[in-house]
Amino acid sequence: MFDIVSFIPRAVAQSVPLLFGSTGEIITEKSGNLNLGIPGVMYVGAISGVIGSFLYERSFSDPSQINAFLGVLIPLACCLLGSLLMGLLYCFLTVTLRANQNVTGLAMTTFGVGFGNFFGGSLIKLTGAAVPSIALSATSNLFRRSLPLASGMGWFGKVFLSYGFLAYVAFVVAFAASYVLERTRVGLQLRAVGEDPATADAAGVNITRYKYLATCLGCMIAGLGGLYYVMDYANGVWSNDAFGDRGWLALALVIFTIWRPKVSAAASILFGGLYILYLYIPSGGNMAVKELYKMIPYVVTIVVLVFSSMRNMRENQPPESLGLPYFREDR
Amino acid sequence: MIHITKRKEMPLPQALAIRLLAIALSLVVCGVITAVMTGLNPLDVYGTMIKGAFGTQRKIWILLQEIAILLCVALALTPAFRMKFWNLGGEGQILVGSLASAACMICLGDKVPNALLILLMAVASVAAGAVWAGIPAIFKARWNTNETLFTLMMNYVATQLVAYFVIVWEVPKGSGNIGIINQSTEAGWFPQLFGYKYLLNIILVALLTVAMHVYLTYSKHGYEISVVGESASTARYVGIKVDRVIVRTLLLSGAVCGFAGLLLVGGTSHTLTTTIAGGRGFTAVMVAWLAKFNPAIMAASSFLLVFMGNGAGEISTAYGLNHSFGDILTGIILFFIIGCEFFISYKVHFAKKEGERVV
Repeated sequence: MFDIVSFIPRAVAQSVPLLFGSTGEIITEKSGNLNLGIPGVMYVGAISGVIGSFLYERSFSDPSQINAFLGVLIPLACCLLGSLLMGLLYCFLTVTLRANQNVTGLAMTTFGVGFGNFFGGSLIKLTGAAVPSIALSATSNLFRRSLPLASGMGWFGKVFLSYGFLAYVAFVVAFAASYVLERTRVGLQLRAVGEDPATADAAGVNITRYKYLATCLGCMIAGLGGLYYVMDYANGVWSNDAFGDRGWLALALVIFTIWRPKVSAAASILFGGLYILYLYIPSGGNMAVKELYKMIPYVVTIVVLVFSSMRNMRENQPPESLGLPYFREDR
Repeated sequence: MIHITKRKEMPLPQALAIRLLAIALSLVVCGVITAVMTGLNPLDVYGTMIKGAFGTQRKIWILLQEIAILLCVALALTPAFRMKFWNLGGEGQILVGSLASAACMICLGDKVPNALLILLMAVASVAAGAVWAGIPAIFKARWNTNETLFTLMMNYVATQLVAYFVIVWEVPKGSGNIGIINQSTEAGWFPQLFGYKYLLNIILVALLTVAMHVYLTYSKHGYEISVVGESASTARYVGIKVDRVIVRTLLLSGAVCGFAGLLLVGGTSHTLTTTIAGGRGFTAVMVAWLAKFNPAIMAASSFLLVFMGNGAGEISTAYGLNHSFGDILTGIILFFIIGCEFFISYKVHFAKKEGERVV
């Protein structure tokens, strides 16, 4: 039978990387930058965290002795730094040098995925470590630590309290982003930059600064999704290409939620559920049909994209200047 | 203060010089990074790369065939890009093209003569690719649906569709892959010209390059594409039916992607996997853009990217590093070329400020 109590935690665990990715991308896109490099950024975020914690764990003869505070802080800081650098690179090329955003984004994805897989595959050789694979179980235990009372609270604990801290961070960040975008002056100005930069510029908004800040912040948030995946979901074990197409799914989620982070909080769980639904649908041992079920999130996204363009309501459209570089002297 | 103005149009030799300078700079950076990773002197690194790409006759053929396929996909995307339609669905269009070819090979392999089979494969894969690109095009033309995102999503629908059929056709059952199709009969395999396996692929793409250049530069369709790309309202004003041009151009774009799928299945690998497109749909976007959508220059930019990929592959094998090293180097080169476009389209002035120079 369909076991909802085991399904929900698994769906939520799948949803967290998507939620980080989509929140980051929504903030980015609200500034008018279509960052197709998000899948690459998430890889870089993940591997940067892995490198940091790998080196930290290696400095102890027994990794279980690591300092709990530093054990979390080091991968977190490395992840944020790695993603920030990717964000700066994207901004430098597209905002300062006004390069084409699609091409820059795709190049960043090529680079980022390659960067992740390269260091994932060669880190052991490069550092001369005597371990067979990257398994950061000590760090992973810190990231996976849930509230001690969760196990004593039956289904409620399982569904709501059984996650590592990054999962809660994802939801808090999504709601915070939603609040800032909709209710604050900064959010209003950011949306103005994405809708019509020339008007915002005339009103005295610093376009370059907003684009840089939004994109870099977006990349840092997206990078956390990669870190969550490897440290929490994958138990600290890095395997190449395991992250898969989640980065693109996060981009799909942006469209699905029509650029609203708070909707994304719920929709990401739906997507996470759709992503693993094939494990729960009885297919009578027919493996092939399961592959078709994996199509569902993408088909649903396409349907949403088509419907929102058909209904053509102004509040449901992508930011007006999405994907276009801004040059003040263009008239 | 720094002041930036738009250039009118830079003469071609100067623009090429800037691009070559950027490529040279990026190669230096790549060499330094490789040297740091492997502890070798950079010159040896370049030597290894050249050996990896041109070392043996077999390697040269592989290089040429890789260039041909990548160029074919880039050519496919070009008409759409000239129209400012961002077809990021090359990956999916190649996949459905491959799927259609493989389906013909598997289902009709021993039922029809070989020449007819190859013809059917060609028709099926071209049609499949055209349909896959046509769907987003119709929605773009009718309701202005965002094509970048739509075509991107279609890639994953195609991937899962191929994954489904891979399991349906898997040999032996439970292995999760199809293996070489028609290994014994070689039905549906492209004939070898003069004993060279890849020669036919290369010739076909060379012909396609010329045809595409003529189509874009000298035909009425090519002109209409350029006008729509410059300004849809102008196109409408002069009586071009914009939605028809969009759908027609995307059918062409998808068809050529499907053709690339045919080349991959019929000419190169004789099998079907979910990764058969190998990211070419995305790499080709960069190839086409780097060449400013000019078919002849595209051959050069495909060469550059394939050379870097194969050369970096050789480095990773030689020094026991992970094969993704090539992607890192490719990424770095792309960043440099993307960045250098700025100096082609814009001019930077350094103005004096109250007696002191600020740079």
